[in-house]
Amino acid sequence: MGIASEALKNFKGFSLKNLPEVEPLSPGHRACQGCGEVLALRQAMKAIGTNVVVVSATGCMEIISSPWPQSAWRVPWIHVAFENAAAVVSGVETAYKALNRKKIVDQPDVTFLAYGGDGATADIGLQALSGALERGHNFIYLCLDNEAYMNTGIQRSSSTPFGASTTTSPPGKKSSGQATWKKNVAEIAVAHGTPYVATASPAFPIDLMNKVKKASLVPGPAYIHIYSPCPTGWRCGLDESVEAARLAVQSRVFPLYEVIDGHYFLSRKVAKPIPVTQYFKPQRRFRHLTEAEIGYIQVKVDELYEKLVEKCDQGDGNK
Amino acid sequence: MSKRIGIEVSIALADAVGLCDVDVVAAYPITPQTHIVEHLAELVAEGHLDADFVPVESEHSAMSACIGSSAAGARTFTSTCSQGYALMSELCYIASAMRLPIVMAVANRAISAPINIWNDHADLMYARDTGWIQLISENGQEAVDLSILAFRIAEDQGISLPVQVNLDGFTMSHVIEPLMMPEAAEIKEFLPPFKPVLRLDPAKPITMGPVGMPDVFTEARKAQDEALKSSKPAIQAIFDLFAKQFGRQYKLVETYKTEDAETIIVAMGSIAQTAMTAIDAMRARGNKVGIARIRVFRPFPAAELVEAVRGAKNLVLLDRVTAFAGGEVSGPVALEIKSALFDNGLLPKVGNFLVGLGGRDVTQQNFEEMVERVTSAKNGDLPAYEFINVRE
Ligand SMILES: Cc1ncc(C[n+]2csc(CCOP(=O)(O)OP(=O)(O)O)c2C)c(N)n1
Ligand code: SF4
Ligand SMILES: [Mg+2]
Repeated sequence: MGIASEALKNFKGFSLKNLPEVEPLSPGHRACQGCGEVLALRQAMKAIGTNVVVVSATGCMEIISSPWPQSAWRVPWIHVAFENAAAVVSGVETAYKALNRKKIVDQPDVTFLAYGGDGATADIGLQALSGALERGHNFIYLCLDNEAYMNTGIQRSSSTPFGASTTTSPPGKKSSGQATWKKNVAEIAVAHGTPYVATASPAFPIDLMNKVKKASLVPGPAYIHIYSPCPTGWRCGLDESVEAARLAVQSRVFPLYEVIDGHYFLSRKVAKPIPVTQYFKPQRRFRHLTEAEIGYIQVKVDELYEKLVEKCDQGDGNK
Repeated sequence: MSKRIGIEVSIALADAVGLCDVDVVAAYPITPQTHIVEHLAELVAEGHLDADFVPVESEHSAMSACIGSSAAGARTFTSTCSQGYALMSELCYIASAMRLPIVMAVANRAISAPINIWNDHADLMYARDTGWIQLISENGQEAVDLSILAFRIAEDQGISLPVQVNLDGFTMSHVIEPLMMPEAAEIKEFLPPFKPVLRLDPAKPITMGPVGMPDVFTEARKAQDEALKSSKPAIQAIFDLFAKQFGRQYKLVETYKTEDAETIIVAMGSIAQTAMTAIDAMRARGNKVGIARIRVFRPFPAAELVEAVRGAKNLVLLDRVTAFAGGEVSGPVALEIKSALFDNGLLPKVGNFLVGLGGRDVTQQNFEEMVERVTSAKNGDLPAYEFINVRE
């Protein structure tokens, strides 16, 4: 048995009946109405509780929660820069390890959690993340993926989906929006031999919280890629972001799965997917797409989903 | 008791850091800093040092990890230079603004291009506006002593700022020198355990590194400026404490034969040692020359420097970097000194020389030439700066 499966063998998850009341990220922060990113972060923090040190990358979640002298954080929290949350958390975790061993502190059970947006994770911070995963620090990394640099005004990232309109991938006479397929950072984390990797969505809060809790129980690094709708950047209704997250899963655009010690498990089988157009519809960032472009996306989404299912079937079987 | 030994300066510096009972070292290799971090890794691997060595994937992550480690309350050390310093510099501003007492040894090296692994002060000057305290050593003993002092200064709760210990790459880092190596017990007496002002602790949650809007940013900057300003007397007081225990007295500005000097050289780093030999030779010929050596570049000891050079008619100011200002203003060290002289109404004859770039030797003869150039020049004849020892 691998280290993650071993650590999770008696795992008892959350249910609607035993949701923790604790809110380490308090209300009153300055996120936009309907922000899916802060919703996901709130769910994650509820799962972790208060015995934690949180490291934040620069981005929406940093700005909206820490305008000095106010702070939405009820747990120790540090923000240093845009691209280095994984390196900062490496230092925090190492310090605790050294101080505990040297008996300078007696705090052996603290969880170390770093988070960053898709830009902080898939682009500018990918090296720091790779280093921290490879060195095997005991930490959780959450990528809060709203598929663009929202904090600076909706510029494209390598995690922006094909075809999406952003301010630096605008559709025009010679462009149909983002020209590249979305980078798969969860797979990059798997390739590092990371003991626990998962994808999650705030539209499935119990699943998200269980994954974050599992990540905290696994010794060594854990990576969770969280789909985080942003009504401001996706140009959908303020009340539509949870629905957008749900449609992304139901259309197989964003499948939910876990990779435990390298073995793949689908969290939610999508036997009867809705067409991608149904997912695109409320979001104005996809409005310019032609039928041919949508056709291309549909084929590729199905292909990638099938590949994922194959990986799951090859493993110890699906749950 | 301290022991007199012959040892490579990098190894001695790493041993001193080990004797300071550092908790976390996060570092990335770059010539000529490598021997420092290799030796620390070895001390940890052999169990001689109870610390964690984080072999990060870049200098950017080295300083990031140091910030995390120091914020979590661990005594933290790193070392770099040149391109490595340039890569981590974004975080250096943040480390000082967050008042984290990280200690970093910089084995000073030129910055590309052309790529050059040899010594000058480009990285030292790159760091000057980052809010760190910058200590400058001239020989192996000083590199060891200043490393110990660096932790004491950085962690002093009234100061709480990161500290750089600069040593010249190769000319210091790679030479074997005789020096007095203090013992762990002596260092323990001098350097109390690290008690952070604030720490990332779930038992007492704090928010570190928040957003500073225009209504608070200036105040935050002023508070940081005050911290560096008020560190100046505190650093001298800690130097004095060190002298009491170890018998070696350091000053913000060190002087040699300046009392009656008509011409004073101002220099930083190991070339000052060559300058002193040149001064002895010039004095033997009746030429009244002395030197003021800058021990602490940040906070800049302007008052002490003005005091040291007040009586001189001629000043020979050395810079070990090109500042690319367009030719009409001096190099960075000379600029600081000229500004201090102006503020004090002093108008000596001043020559500024850019020397020792990218490992070019600065010889005794070079010093004699520079002194001759300034003393024989007519007022107003000297340019803002000149390169010396340069092939045409
Ligand atoms: C080194 C550096 N480059 C650029 C920036 C500007 N910047 C700040 S946040 C950000 C985008 C953040 O995007 P993402 O990580 O996706 O987070 P989001 O705001 O979307 O949650 C950018 C480009 C910066 N702060 N630092
Ligand atoms: S811009 Fe988007 S991600 Fe940022 S706070 Fe607003 S809704 Fe959330
Ligand atoms: Mg984003």
